[in-house]
Amino acid sequence: MTDPLPDLPGLLERARAGHRRSVGRLLSVVEHGGDQAEELDALTLTHTAQTDDAHVVGVTGAPGAGKSTLTGALAMALAGRGRRTAVVAVDPSSPVTGGAILGDRIRMDDTVGPARDHVFIRSMATRGQRGGLALAVPGAVRVLAACGFDTVVVETTGVGQVEIDIVAGADTTVVVLNPGWGDAIQANKAGIMEIADVFVVNKADRPGADDTVRDVERMLDLGHRGVDGTWRPPVVRTVATDGSGTEAMLDALDAHLARLRATGELNERRTRRVAAEVRTRITHDLEDRLTAALTAESATIADTAAGRSTPGQAAQLIAARLQAG
Amino acid sequence: MSAPADAPVRVVLAKLGLDGHDRGIKVVARMLRDAGCEVVYLGLRQTADSIVAAAEQEDADVIGLSMHNGGHLALARKMLDAMRAADLDLPLVIGGIVPDVDMPALTELGVTAVLGPGASADDVVATVRRAAGR
Repeated sequence: MTDPLPDLPGLLERARAGHRRSVGRLLSVVEHGGDQAEELDALTLTHTAQTDDAHVVGVTGAPGAGKSTLTGALAMALAGRGRRTAVVAVDPSSPVTGGAILGDRIRMDDTVGPARDHVFIRSMATRGQRGGLALAVPGAVRVLAACGFDTVVVETTGVGQVEIDIVAGADTTVVVLNPGWGDAIQANKAGIMEIADVFVVNKADRPGADDTVRDVERMLDLGHRGVDGTWRPPVVRTVATDGSGTEAMLDALDAHLARLRATGELNERRTRRVAAEVRTRITHDLEDRLTAALTAESATIADTAAGRSTPGQAAQLIAARLQAG
Repeated sequence: MSAPADAPVRVVLAKLGLDGHDRGIKVVARMLRDAGCEVVYLGLRQTADSIVAAAEQEDADVIGLSMHNGGHLALARKMLDAMRAADLDLPLVIGGIVPDVDMPALTELGVTAVLGPGASADDVVATVRRAAGR
């Protein structure tokens, strides 16, 4: 099939005027990557003034913690305050087939309610990325910001302890926990518990919510990631299915953004975000080269498997050839 | 414009209207996932407008509806009317309990393909891929 290349300036113009389908198309251009995505990114640069104003909120937590339901409720609260809101909801791609079940919308549908028509939701598959996000997320956020959305909520895949790409991708990171999720030792483990700007204890109507809030507060007493050392992550209780606590959550997000702006940390975080994306892109290219090299080096691998060299020796040999060429 | 040939086929799957039988659509979602498709699963009690909105935002290649309440003729017409009103020119595949005698009428309405009770995973995947043109 020979399809004409998309008219990117035209699409962007229609998308900025609020045309839903054009926004959807542009996000696909970002996902497909390559020259078209580059051209689109260059076009959005001309709208940088507007992108400064989009608050990028990351929502992360374990599978089933209620991230999507909460994101839907948050989107309704945002719409209630007159904010144009977009959601990018990431779910995992199969490492075997590349396929995915993108099942975040179904949860949001129930909680976004009458705001449905004013919220733009896009589901995205990880397509091989392992940090809880898709490679296309930063570009998608730029496009949505250029389209005039005030808030872009990025919901990660369900994560464990170490998938923390979101912290480089968002201005404000929300970590969602549940009653019965862990104890004081879990709360002090390194990784995801260190990246929150706001903690949410969702399903707070269930037994054990007080214990979870206490464990997190005690953990924070021992020190935390702050903004200029002045921001202590608040711990907010929510019941996403009935909307309880979402206004308080939004207040916390707004307060955090205000603090980021007042301290100049917002620009620092955005610079780190760009650095992280540049790094990811280079890593991606290097991994592609490595994959090709390993395919070509099957004889070296076979030697190692036969016990004629160690894995370390094989790695050194292949790495040296990769660098040479 | 459409997606590059090597991009995953994106399918929006939904139940339109009052029809609580979602076992079949869940099995189909899994079949398509295992064939490398990206399935945006909307689930139960969708309206024609909510499906159109999702298909636009998700930039779907195909819309798939599951029907088990005997309302397929009326619902297909409703869906296609909503798509036309939104100028959304996408293939519409219907699966579920559809009597053979209604097939010509559905085709006449503009439904791209119908998958009945005996359809295998291969049938489902081949039909969706053909509908998507990939």
